[in-house]
Amino acid sequence: MTAEPAGRVNTAATRVPVFDLRHEARAALVVWQRELIRFGKDRTRMVSSLVQPLLFLLVLGVGLGSLVGSGAGRSGGSVPFTAFLFPGVLAMSVGFTAAFSGISMVWDREFGFLREMLVAPVSTTAILTGKCVGGATVSTVQSVVLLALAGLVGVPYSPVMLLELVGLLFLCSFMIVALGLVLAARIKQVQSAFPLVQMIITPMIFLSGALFPLSGLPGWLSVLTHVNPMTYAVEPMRSVVFDHLQVDAATRARFDPGIVWSGWQVPVGVQLALVVVGSIALLAVAVARFARTE
Amino acid sequence: MSQPGVEPSTPTPPGGQPPAVRVRGLVKSYGSVQAVRGIDLDVAPGETFGFLGPNGAGKSTTINILCTLAEASAGTAEVAGFDVVSQRAAVRRQIGLVFQEPTLDGYLTGEQNLRFHGELYGVDRASAAARREQVLRMVGLWERRGDEVNKYSGGMRRRLEIARGLLHSPSVLFLDEPTIGLDPQTRKSIWSYLNELHRTERTTVFVTTHYMEEAENCDRIAIMNEGRIVALDTPDRLKAGVGADRVQISTHDDNEALRRLRERFGLDAGVHEGLVTVSVPDGAGFVPRLFTELGVEIRSVTVQRPTLDDVFLAHTGSTIRDAEAGAGPSAFAVMARRGR
Repeated sequence: MTAEPAGRVNTAATRVPVFDLRHEARAALVVWQRELIRFGKDRTRMVSSLVQPLLFLLVLGVGLGSLVGSGAGRSGGSVPFTAFLFPGVLAMSVGFTAAFSGISMVWDREFGFLREMLVAPVSTTAILTGKCVGGATVSTVQSVVLLALAGLVGVPYSPVMLLELVGLLFLCSFMIVALGLVLAARIKQVQSAFPLVQMIITPMIFLSGALFPLSGLPGWLSVLTHVNPMTYAVEPMRSVVFDHLQVDAATRARFDPGIVWSGWQVPVGVQLALVVVGSIALLAVAVARFARTE
Repeated sequence: MSQPGVEPSTPTPPGGQPPAVRVRGLVKSYGSVQAVRGIDLDVAPGETFGFLGPNGAGKSTTINILCTLAEASAGTAEVAGFDVVSQRAAVRRQIGLVFQEPTLDGYLTGEQNLRFHGELYGVDRASAAARREQVLRMVGLWERRGDEVNKYSGGMRRRLEIARGLLHSPSVLFLDEPTIGLDPQTRKSIWSYLNELHRTERTTVFVTTHYMEEAENCDRIAIMNEGRIVALDTPDRLKAGVGADRVQISTHDDNEALRRLRERFGLDAGVHEGLVTVSVPDGAGFVPRLFTELGVEIRSVTVQRPTLDDVFLAHTGSTIRDAEAGAGPSAFAVMARRGR
């Protein structure tokens, strides 16, 4: 039952080499686990962060649907407005949860736990990667409740589609957690964290095509949607959903116009690549900022 | 329990074990302000070393440099034989840290906090659980390991931080004001744990404090004032060095008392903590003379054998409380911390 012989000089040096990928992975893994443990304990957060997306989907979706839906899908299978809104609301849900997950570093700093993480003999990259994967896991798990409502809003329960959506939601969350971390490196005050997230995530959602199609927008709005990284995370989700709806080409072109760069229809693969690159870039910025300022 | 005779097969530098801490000519400036003004220091492996001084003396700055959390402006520092600048990662693996400010996750249980720490420090998984139990038992928190840290008292949290600092068997455990903001009884129990760990783990302990009586627990003490080490020795030898008792008198007229002490007794007295204070070789024998010859109404007299307070007074010209009262903002910071 005895542990290792204690307190001899250089004991630890023999145990752990200077840079050890396995050690880095363990560190990232335990940061991930902490996110899950804390999420599991916070029932209020779980429930409250579902209220807003549900309101959008069921109240706004159904309400506006009576207005918008009437003109849609005449020629082919009709598309309920809620089915259009479904991927957007999923993105919105993970967007907020993920951003709060990232910004929670401000609380970790306030309560000192950030220091415990950053003075450990592991890289900041390992810590923040764990945080991103943890936040993304939590956001994705939470969105499963919304996925379960697919049938209710006119989206079929296709296992392939659901799996694809889970993957896309995870990717989207990862990017937004990284964004939250970039912000958290700057924000020192707990009180400003929540308003800031609202201020940044809300426009990102609104300008991502989550709530209205990106076709036929005025020039200025079109520019904003195209520079918004969230757009490239939402569009693949919509694409996946529409692949599983019975719609004709005209309806799909109207509701799911895709992303066009001066005449070039950007393939979904490229969109996803952009999200991956964006995530890595944001994570790198966050690592640099935390390594420098803490 | 430690196992004597089990030597790690580590290449130690020629000349045997390096000092646990080795500091040469250390300087730290913030703009035009010098917080640390060139200090030299050697701490032997296994020693409990106290860093004593008022707030703002440069203790925390020094400890931050040793822990690789701040960079020195000049000079060198080594911990367990590793340079704190060029071998930062190696140093971090060798040290345990207990900060002034709490650094626990209140929503995790005591044991979860330790598990997190063990993974972060790459503690061998096979022995991790046993080691967690060992350190939790040492600080008397084994029974409460499953409780959320939010439900712990201040003293329990500090004990958990000490246990966590030891979890990865560091060569040197740094504690920056480990008892600040705790009540006297809890402070005492923290020190009994530190003494216990000194006995069982033979870890080098490097502790800062501004409580004089706590420094008595250390093997050696460095007294720091205004960025310099003004005295460094064992508590006993430091006190013997003062060689005089302290007599403190409450009088009707302090100025008159000071004047007469100088003229009639040839003694250089001062007013500290609101009392006329004078150092004499034989305090008890001095008091009767004082009453008959001073000629100023005396309200009360106390005679003290030399304490570390006197050592501090002898080396800095003020008592540590005076020094703290002078350091307005930092004294306020202590109040704020206590109030939390």
